[in-house]
Amino acid sequence: MLLLQDVRKSYTEPNGETLPILDIPRLQLAAGEQVVLRGRSGCGKTTLLNCISGLTTVDAGSISIDGKDIVSLPEVARDRFRARNIGFVFQTFNLLPAFSALENVMLGMTFTGQTKDSSRAEKLLADVGLEHRLTHKPEALSVGEQQRVAVARALANQPKLLLADEPTANVDPAHQQQVIDLLRAACEKEKVAMLLVTHSPEVSDQFQRVEQLEELNRAVAAVH
Amino acid sequence: MSFWKIAWRNMQQRALASSLTGLSMALGVALMILVMVVHAVTVEQFEGDAQGYHLIVGGAKGGDVQLVMNTVFHIGSAIYPIPYSSYTDFVDGKYAPYTKVAVPYCIGDSYHKDGYKFRVVATTPDLFDQLSYGADDQGNDINYDFAAGRNFREDRFFEAVVGSVVASKTGLKVGDRFQPTHGMSSDGEKHIEFEVVGILAPTGTSNDRAMFANMEGFYLLEGHALPPDDGTPVDQSYKPSGEVDPQDPNRGFDRLPDSMREVTAILVLCKDDFGMMSLDNAINKSKDRATIAVKPTYVVQDMLDNLVGPARIVLMVLTILIIVVAGIGILVSIYNSMNERSHDIAVMRALGASRTAVMGIILSESILLSLLGGIAGVLLGHAAIALVSPWVESEAGIVLKFWEFSPQELLLIPGLVVFASLVGFLPAVTAYRTDVGRALGGGR
Repeated sequence: MLLLQDVRKSYTEPNGETLPILDIPRLQLAAGEQVVLRGRSGCGKTTLLNCISGLTTVDAGSISIDGKDIVSLPEVARDRFRARNIGFVFQTFNLLPAFSALENVMLGMTFTGQTKDSSRAEKLLADVGLEHRLTHKPEALSVGEQQRVAVARALANQPKLLLADEPTANVDPAHQQQVIDLLRAACEKEKVAMLLVTHSPEVSDQFQRVEQLEELNRAVAAVH
Repeated sequence: MSFWKIAWRNMQQRALASSLTGLSMALGVALMILVMVVHAVTVEQFEGDAQGYHLIVGGAKGGDVQLVMNTVFHIGSAIYPIPYSSYTDFVDGKYAPYTKVAVPYCIGDSYHKDGYKFRVVATTPDLFDQLSYGADDQGNDINYDFAAGRNFREDRFFEAVVGSVVASKTGLKVGDRFQPTHGMSSDGEKHIEFEVVGILAPTGTSNDRAMFANMEGFYLLEGHALPPDDGTPVDQSYKPSGEVDPQDPNRGFDRLPDSMREVTAILVLCKDDFGMMSLDNAINKSKDRATIAVKPTYVVQDMLDNLVGPARIVLMVLTILIIVVAGIGILVSIYNSMNERSHDIAVMRALGASRTAVMGIILSESILLSLLGGIAGVLLGHAAIALVSPWVESEAGIVLKFWEFSPQELLLIPGLVVFASLVGFLPAVTAYRTDVGRALGGGR
């Protein structure tokens, strides 16, 4: 479902030097597979997620999602592809404060170029137990509720891949497990592959497959 | 969810800033509406005042503008009189074949009360019986009507009718009497009384602000008659002799001989266009250069082009500048918010929004702000007109129809859309160039 081959990405430092961030010969996820990606700070986890989603372009290599090489797509097509096929759950939930819970989920459907289905958005929110909070704005929701809206939004377009960037980092330990359970259950139900970045051993221990980015990424080895 | 709704939610999120920038746009547009409507009304008023007749004939000395200002708008110093025979030429003389109606005007007296000054125009009943003061949408003449009383009678020398504004400002009613003052100054000598027999219904013309006295009575007032041909002193020539019957409406006066009369202007309604051209030629190309015939609509148009037009341009430029400043306010407001909303933009990009989509959302916000401000401005402008129109009507007799939209207002909406797009372009480009990775606060 997801296949990265010889992906390279580097940044230019203010002093003009090139800093390699990613050099991944190969990374593959099967359809519906749930994989944890671990790594210390600065090893390129977020950059990798941005490259997979097409938000950041790679310097070389290919990233294929469901058979489509997104690297070769023009930016507009890549954006459209991301809207339709990739769900995002962020560390800080990133709900837009101006929109209600339902509108935040609908917002995820806005950019697909397809007909919007508010009933699906309502159903997703009901699935995460928020059917009574549809019109509430993020500020009126608890942290746990916000995270659930974020999960519903990520699944709004029936993506094939869900990228979760430390989704439990800002959640207290008591709610961590709820978030992980919610993500796993939702992905299983929607048959969505998930690449979850986390620092937490408690979280990663629950997954069958855990990848250590330092081992995948030759750039890290080269720098450090 | 449409871009408009997203833009609307963004505006709601920043309600205070959005309201203030929208308000500044509304005020700018309201000012523009005021300028446009007031100009349109002024033009209509000026053009409308000079209707109902084809030519004004008067003394050549003052020129055509002074003649029109005096006769049509009751403004300016008195003009040079012309012989009474100039008037009779139109009634039964050499110009009669071309003339349908000729109405003489004698100007020079005034009436003062409570700080208001109104011109007293001496004329004949034909002004209200034979002439109209404009035409309706179907081209039918609009005739003078009386809100109270009737037109003055030719054989009742000391009868008068007053315009609607005069009546409302002075409180004069049918049956009341008033004393005209000789000349335009309030210090002038008071003449003998005239009786108000009619109040004109509002016409929306300058005649609402004038008083119309029977010319026969006017000639009999002190200082208005010419010396008779036989050399008799004026003072002795027309005063009543012997006992005056208290029931005599003319107070013992006889009609002043034509030889002792003069007029200041003549309103001429010609029989047809040929008649108008013939009269125009005959009077303006005659060897006698003492009189001129002017087409009031032409003179008014000239005045509008040369005076009101440039003033309007200056006002329009000022109001456009106000709108530009309001637009810059929108630019600054949205641009300043770009830092705080770069995170939201990055989230939308992560959700699949293209760069052009986020650019479109920012442009939509700019357009929405300008349009809502603009529409509020149109309503505000017309509401302001509605608010002041009763006062303007009672003070100046100018009818401001607040519900009448100037055709140029239709250009406002597309104009604002274009303007808002220009104004929103800079913040939209900023949105377009948002660095998603950095804005999402992610590390490496």
